[in-house]
Amino acid sequence: MKDDIILKVENVSKQYRLGTIGTGTISHDFNRFLARIRGKEDPYLKIGETNDRSSKGKSEYVWALKDINFEVKRGEILGIIGKNGAGKSTLLKILSKVTGPTTGSIKSRGRIASLLEVGTGFHPEMTGKENIFLNGAILGMTKKEISSKLNEIVEFSGCERYIDTPVKRYSSGMKVRLAFAVAAFLEPDILVVDEVLAVGDAEFQKKAIGKMQDISNTDGRTVLFVSHDMAAVKNLCINAIVLDNGEIVLIEKVEKAIKHYIDLGNDNRKIDLKNRTDRLGSKETFLFTSLIFNNGKPVLSGESLFMSLEYKSELYFDDINIALTICKESDEKILTIDTIHQNIKVEILKGKGLVTIRLPKLFLLPGVYRINLWSEYHKSILDKITNCAELRVFENDIFNTGKILNSNKHGIIFPDLCEWNVEN
Amino acid sequence: MEQKWLFVISPKTKLIDLNLKEVWQYRDLLMLFVKRDVITLYKQTILGPLWYLIQPLFTSIIFTLVFNNVAGIQTGGIPPFLFNLAGITIWNYFKECLTATSDTFKKNEQIFGKVYFPRIIMPMSIVVSNLLKFGIQILVFIAFYIYFITTGHDLIVSKYIFLFPVLVLCMGMLGLGLGMIISSMVTKYRDLTFLVSFGVQLLMYISLVVLPLSLFQEKGFEWAVKYNPMAYIVESGRFMILNEGSVSQFGVIYTSIFSIAVLLLGIVIFNKTEKTFIDTI
Repeated sequence: MKDDIILKVENVSKQYRLGTIGTGTISHDFNRFLARIRGKEDPYLKIGETNDRSSKGKSEYVWALKDINFEVKRGEILGIIGKNGAGKSTLLKILSKVTGPTTGSIKSRGRIASLLEVGTGFHPEMTGKENIFLNGAILGMTKKEISSKLNEIVEFSGCERYIDTPVKRYSSGMKVRLAFAVAAFLEPDILVVDEVLAVGDAEFQKKAIGKMQDISNTDGRTVLFVSHDMAAVKNLCINAIVLDNGEIVLIEKVEKAIKHYIDLGNDNRKIDLKNRTDRLGSKETFLFTSLIFNNGKPVLSGESLFMSLEYKSELYFDDINIALTICKESDEKILTIDTIHQNIKVEILKGKGLVTIRLPKLFLLPGVYRINLWSEYHKSILDKITNCAELRVFENDIFNTGKILNSNKHGIIFPDLCEWNVEN
Repeated sequence: MEQKWLFVISPKTKLIDLNLKEVWQYRDLLMLFVKRDVITLYKQTILGPLWYLIQPLFTSIIFTLVFNNVAGIQTGGIPPFLFNLAGITIWNYFKECLTATSDTFKKNEQIFGKVYFPRIIMPMSIVVSNLLKFGIQILVFIAFYIYFITTGHDLIVSKYIFLFPVLVLCMGMLGLGLGMIISSMVTKYRDLTFLVSFGVQLLMYISLVVLPLSLFQEKGFEWAVKYNPMAYIVESGRFMILNEGSVSQFGVIYTSIFSIAVLLLGIVIFNKTEKTFIDTI
């Protein structure tokens, strides 16, 4: 069926009260109670602000979610992405009935099982096998169902040898494997998965993602998947929801949604250098006044990088040298883009001007980098600013393989596409 | 066409929303929780399940020493030790049910915050696993009972002994009901946690565990125990086992109604709390 809607979320909002619970809470509870017995609406529902974590608000109440509406079709894998605090986890909690919505409703045509954490209810003193049963039952399986799948679960987890050992002797990776294995053999109509794949090694993550695809493709079950790992989202999902400050900003095809999400996290603006006092050089004669990357668009790993440098000069220079150094956060230098070694002549006229530099391909992996800026004329420094700007590089499917290089694992830079040859 | 939904999640709550069918579906979980409680309680202890026995035995010995030998309280024709052991065994079941269920929400915040299952499974599993502990303690009591008979005491079981399971049921309902009420309130206001531990301690003294009913009547303090259902339970329990004391018709009816009412109230409050407690705890 084409329009077989299995889950319908209508006007769901969730309000939270900030601060601590103390004597003030009683008076609010009392006011609520009075309103209710007089048949009026909850007085605290009308107030409340959107949930912007960074700005200080006036109200004690915030909306962690506001007017969320969407539908999920049977067999669909829907991604939910957003910044920290955008409301993803709250939404999942409501979907999995851990907490109720403040207003609105969720209608479902299937059993929902949630995987907000792996190994919920694992008891360290019990053996792996006992925990499989306990965890399975917590997730909603019957003892019979678990018994019939026990061998498969143990095999999938790859912890056969330890199955009769208390879980407290397990490494954290093994615990995750065992827990995910239990969840993988759940048979709900709708599976809700939070960022549980962040743990475990690469091999296991691959296995887990493969399992989720199987669940959706072969069994026709629905998956709601929340992650910060854009590669996994892109791999798994067809459509995605972008949440920001508790509201849905976009429901779209996954590529578009990811692009939108990156734009949200992009704080790339023109960086004002006019008023920097921590600079060396001529101070007045020649100054860099601003710097902007990609004209404000996000900087993606493996794409071109375009830098615009504005300057102000009180003199004419026939040929100055300019160098930009990109450093790690620890100030270790990674690469320098300069005029000297590339034999570039830069002529500066009196007044204001603009220097633009285009790197055809940025070989940096995602992360935050620092920029040092330097210029000289005949061996005397004109303007030098150390740590003049932050460069945020976003992740990108560089080789178009759906696999994303990661600066935690693969270093800082990456190679261009290589030629491989095997001789036997 | 109006579509049929399997279930709807919404903020509105019905007064009594106990989905028995759902609880039944999760019966395996209940038994697994019981199993977990039993096998993990005394892991890495040397005496292990012996602790089930040591605790009531020593309490009875101390009580006998203090109340009967030193203070000289009479227990009729029953050996004071047996009198106390009977009272403590019965009382302990109620006490354990109440104290363990009363921090259901706080203790299981981790699990409850991550996955849904009918929350009532948790306190129910506590009542069941305590039943096991109670069973073991009853066996110990029987052992002493036989010992006292063989040493020449004239002990006899009342003909009402077959009603003993009803008493246990009442205690379970009382403990579960009160525990659920308290655990629901503790989610927001922690003050009650402090009340429970010493409140139970105080309640014991007016529940006829160590002091016999006759003593209260003698001194004109019957009002102190008259409306306490636990006093009736302990007293009738002891009567059934030792044929000493009394069972009043009023007591039986009062206790049964009280227990059922407390349980129902507990379920209502618990259900109301379980939906959003995770936000306030």
